[in-house]
Amino acid sequence: MRELVCIVCPRGCHMKADDDLNVSGNLCPRGAAYAKAELTHPTRVVTSTVRLTGGTYPRCPVKTSAPIPKDRVADLMAALNGVEAAAPVHVGDVLVKDILSTGADLVVTREITEA
Amino acid sequence: MYDLIVVGGGPAGLAAAVSAWDSGLRSILIVERDRELGGILNQCIHNGFGLTYFKEELTGPEYAHRFVELLGKTGVEVRTDTMVLDVTPDRKVHMTGPATGYRIEEARSVILAMGCRERTRGAIGTPGTRPAGVLTAGAAQRYVNVEGFMPGRRVVILGSGDIGLIMARRMTLEGARVLACVEVMPYSGGLTRNIVQCLEDFGIPLYLSHTVTDIRGDRRVEQVVVSRVDERRRPIPGTEMVFDCDTLLLSVGLIPETELNTRAGIELDPRTKGAVVYENMETSLPGVFTCGNVTHVHDLVDFVTQESQRAGAAAAKYVLGGAAAGEAIPLENGDAVSYTVPQRVRPGNVEKAVDVFFRVNRICGRSEIVVTAGERRLAAFKRDRLAPGEMEHITLPKALITGVTGAVTVSVKEAG
Repeated sequence: MRELVCIVCPRGCHMKADDDLNVSGNLCPRGAAYAKAELTHPTRVVTSTVRLTGGTYPRCPVKTSAPIPKDRVADLMAALNGVEAAAPVHVGDVLVKDILSTGADLVVTREITEA
Repeated sequence: MYDLIVVGGGPAGLAAAVSAWDSGLRSILIVERDRELGGILNQCIHNGFGLTYFKEELTGPEYAHRFVELLGKTGVEVRTDTMVLDVTPDRKVHMTGPATGYRIEEARSVILAMGCRERTRGAIGTPGTRPAGVLTAGAAQRYVNVEGFMPGRRVVILGSGDIGLIMARRMTLEGARVLACVEVMPYSGGLTRNIVQCLEDFGIPLYLSHTVTDIRGDRRVEQVVVSRVDERRRPIPGTEMVFDCDTLLLSVGLIPETELNTRAGIELDPRTKGAVVYENMETSLPGVFTCGNVTHVHDLVDFVTQESQRAGAAAAKYVLGGAAAGEAIPLENGDAVSYTVPQRVRPGNVEKAVDVFFRVNRICGRSEIVVTAGERRLAAFKRDRLAPGEMEHITLPKALITGVTGAVTVSVKEAG
């Protein structure tokens, strides 16, 4: 029996999962899905920034378009050091497709105009 | 003369302005002191925003962008880089900025949406020397996410509010070592999900019932001393732990930024530190409304949006339909409840129901939220768990409060 707190939404359900991955304590199906994923192959959406040239700010915030395996988060952070964006950037711009072959794209999350 | 001037272009001001436009007002001005709209959301690059309102997981800048786009479809006028200095009781708004100079604009209604600021080291009286490297979690967030500076390499975080937890993860991802998160209360002030995904994911210890009792260092922080506290929050001698670090981040609470309220003579609530409000988010000054973190500090922007939409619609109703009338019932907090918003309800001005937001002052297990008028029990709501870090809300139908005389009390009774 494993106990875990759901991070899907701010409600933060306190859940229990047995060895056969039967989940209880979740108030919605997304909680059960999260618990199963967390106990078999945990994933996270990663948000960070990359270098931005020519913009009103020096950093451009980004996110992975989908959750990536938790054990690839450190690799991703290292890879971001080599990514550079140029202003102007728009919400949803794809900077890197299928980053580190995770299936997720690296996308811009803020509008930044040219300086 | 504007129909409405909104002070502040963060999530509260944006939602209020769009809602007032949708409710029929056509001459609306937003005044924002920053260079662009969006407020603090622009530096909150993590995700988790919008799950309630948009039913999807957005980052802070994305959430702000949604509302800036909505605003773009309206005729709302925006003045950025402009600071409001005064709002008078007859709704003259004094402002200054490089583009326009000093200006006085008149408005039929005003919405105060200035947000909140962080408590600092001075506010909590932490002892020790005064070296560089002690900063609020929000300041560190701005440095890292917007300016691209790392404020330190070995970090202790005092306070377990959400910004502190978020920064524990952020600093770790950027290569810093976060040694500890220290919380004086026996429970965290942050959301449970943030404890899990920001501390536990990275093996960062959370010390509950502990506080910082010394900061050491000459030019730069060199050590931070952490001690256990007793149930009266006094440090216990002999429990000191010394952390070698160069940075101390403070996440020790947020305070509504109410200087304009005070200057305008608006009644404040010492519990929320924001304005006392009626059911429609109107302050003690008729025609002046307030919403978002300047009214009471929220955990989730989604609720700021909803509250601000109500304020925007109410301002429109005031301008187009006249002042709200009727006797007001005071809402009082009973056992385990630390405040309610609104603090006063005019049943005659409630359309169908009134949403009441509140926080508990301790962790409660399986409980009943009980609403009473004198000895009479009006309603009860069941909850599995309530925590001070998570704002609660109940909905009181108009029929329930109509005809009530005297105060209505909201209290929490734990089962067993």
